[in-house]
Amino acid sequence: MGFSAVGLSGFGGVLPFARRMLVEERRWMSPEEFNAQLGLCQFLPGPNVVNLAVIVGKRYQGLAGAIVAPVGLLAGPVAVVLLLALLYDAYGSLPLVQSMLRGIAAVGAGLLFAMAWRMGMAIKDKLAFLPFTVMVVAAIAWLRWPMLWVMLSGLALSGGLAFWRLGRR
Amino acid sequence: MSAILELFLEFTLLSFVAFGGATALLPEMHRVVVDNHHWLDDATFTHLYAIAQAAPGPNVLVVTLIGWQVAGLAGALAATLAMCLPMSIAIYLLIDHWESFSGRRWQRAVQIGVAPLAVGLIFSGATLIGQSAGLGWVAWGLVAATVLANLRTKLHPLWFIGLGAIAGLLGLV
Repeated sequence: MGFSAVGLSGFGGVLPFARRMLVEERRWMSPEEFNAQLGLCQFLPGPNVVNLAVIVGKRYQGLAGAIVAPVGLLAGPVAVVLLLALLYDAYGSLPLVQSMLRGIAAVGAGLLFAMAWRMGMAIKDKLAFLPFTVMVVAAIAWLRWPMLWVMLSGLALSGGLAFWRLGRR
Repeated sequence: MSAILELFLEFTLLSFVAFGGATALLPEMHRVVVDNHHWLDDATFTHLYAIAQAAPGPNVLVVTLIGWQVAGLAGALAATLAMCLPMSIAIYLLIDHWESFSGRRWQRAVQIGVAPLAVGLIFSGATLIGQSAGLGWVAWGLVAATVLANLRTKLHPLWFIGLGAIAGLLGLV
């Protein structure tokens, strides 16, 4: 049951750490296996790392592993975050803390933009598929439509296009 | 309905549309938590996001913080469980079937089709965090600088977060 320890070493940073631990340190998966499983987790809904923990846990230890792995992954970070929540309750209203958090949020927004950019550039056939990205941004960020309907109709359109193109080749 | 039950139900629903992970959910979380339920205001939402960014652990923990603000410890646990548990169970039950489909045309189509949508969601989340924080021109400059630096260098994100905190403390943003 080395799994809770594994979960805890994933603490401190997410996917890159999980990869290092699973593939490089413990050699529980080959890099190809890791990519395949991660790809699956990334397009299934739900938190990616948690999904990954469930899948890996199940594969090696059955039900017990599938429970222990995500719990181990989350327990430490949840405790830290709750501690921060207490601090925020105590000091969050101080102007200095507020401006510090605003600075972090600005940088955080920048990191998100960069991540979106990287993911966008990794898409094959950008010309065909990036218009769907623009549609999602318009619907969600500008029109503030509910995400469920945007995603369902978007997936019908963009998945439909992908299906058609796969059939043509 | 008690706030905790409502939290649990809302985040369970959210977990099933979290294509692209918790980060992609930011706009929808904002809509549910700030616009629909008025559990938090814009500024608090942004602060919680910032705290989750600065803290170790998976991104999904912003949910724990939101739960905490709405209903204390029980709220934090309810929101976190709601976000992680239903999808984990679904995956546990379905993974073997799913793997037997791998390589099918429709499965690959879904996989290809969902990627551009996830990019759009994360882009929207970034826009929304910037708007909710009420950033001025200097701050948007910091956002742009972060994007460029992050794309051009391999610096660990924590460096950016630290610099952002300092810029905030100095009253630059």
